[in-house]
Amino acid sequence: MRLQKNTSLALYSVIEFAADPERHVSAAEIAAKYGVSAHHLAKVLSDLARADIVKSVRGAGGGYRFTGNARRLTLLDVIRLFEDFAPSATRREPGEATPVGMALRLVQSEIDEIAKATFGSITLATMLRLVERQARPAKRSAARTRGR
Amino acid sequence: MTRAAGATDAVRVRRLPRGGTRARAAASDIVVRPARLADLDPVIAIDKTVTGLEKRDYWRSVFRRYAGNGQSGRQFLVADAGGRVAGFVIGEVRDWEFGSPPCGWVFGIDVRPDMRLAGVGARMLTAICERFRRSGVQTVRTMLARDNTLVLSFFRSQGMMAGPFIPLEMDLANAGEAPARPARSGPSR
Repeated sequence: MRLQKNTSLALYSVIEFAADPERHVSAAEIAAKYGVSAHHLAKVLSDLARADIVKSVRGAGGGYRFTGNARRLTLLDVIRLFEDFAPSATRREPGEATPVGMALRLVQSEIDEIAKATFGSITLATMLRLVERQARPAKRSAARTRGR
Repeated sequence: MTRAAGATDAVRVRRLPRGGTRARAAASDIVVRPARLADLDPVIAIDKTVTGLEKRDYWRSVFRRYAGNGQSGRQFLVADAGGRVAGFVIGEVRDWEFGSPPCGWVFGIDVRPDMRLAGVGARMLTAICERFRRSGVQTVRTMLARDNTLVLSFFRSQGMMAGPFIPLEMDLANAGEAPARPARSGPSR
């Protein structure tokens, strides 16, 4: 399962916001960090605001801030806003009614269910810990470089 | 939390009630220790609140096989909050299943509803992992239903990730026949 670009942008953004819920983060800051267009990101952020996951803060120092519950909100909750998780039965394609098509659909369905279970069991709080774990070796490596 | 798959019954997950300050305070006084015979009734009661079933014979059998000092690698621990059982965890060391070096398996964990969200589950998991370590294993595993997101989330919050093994199953009533439907997400029992 490959996530669409908007979904990835939403996940990057939500994780950035959840890392520091008090801080107002601008779309431009996230766009610059992940190398995406601020215009493209604005649409994603507005979808997240509509879902009450982030809140737009106007004025100087404005931007967005996280309003969800990091211990409850899962990656799947965010992904579902942007991806179609409808069973493949609703997206009929030629060949699907053949035994080969049905067998392939069975395998695809198994993969989708596992992906859903994985995304649905990882909360933002857990994700932030994973991010921290990933950042540690990078920080250690940077410190070693500085020490030389 | 509830029992992981590998135990005998399907699990119904309910949204957890919020643990209050009292629960958090009580959790700080918790001692995780091996289960005793007197703990069996509260353990059965906790399980019943989650599954809706009272499985007295099953729990007696679990107690006979898993309670003790863990010398055989089997662990049945309870979280004791001032003399009251706040939760339990069960597991064992399994050797060389399909080439896997000995590892710890957690196949049941549950916390009394009014003691949840206070770190009791984490304390119990830490305790059983410590005992597994002392048994010489370096890995701990568990397996539960895909739709049991609550317990999946708990284990993930404790650092667990998908492992190198994939659970498979087959409907014995129709063994060898093509599955009639896509893989379902719920437990089979």
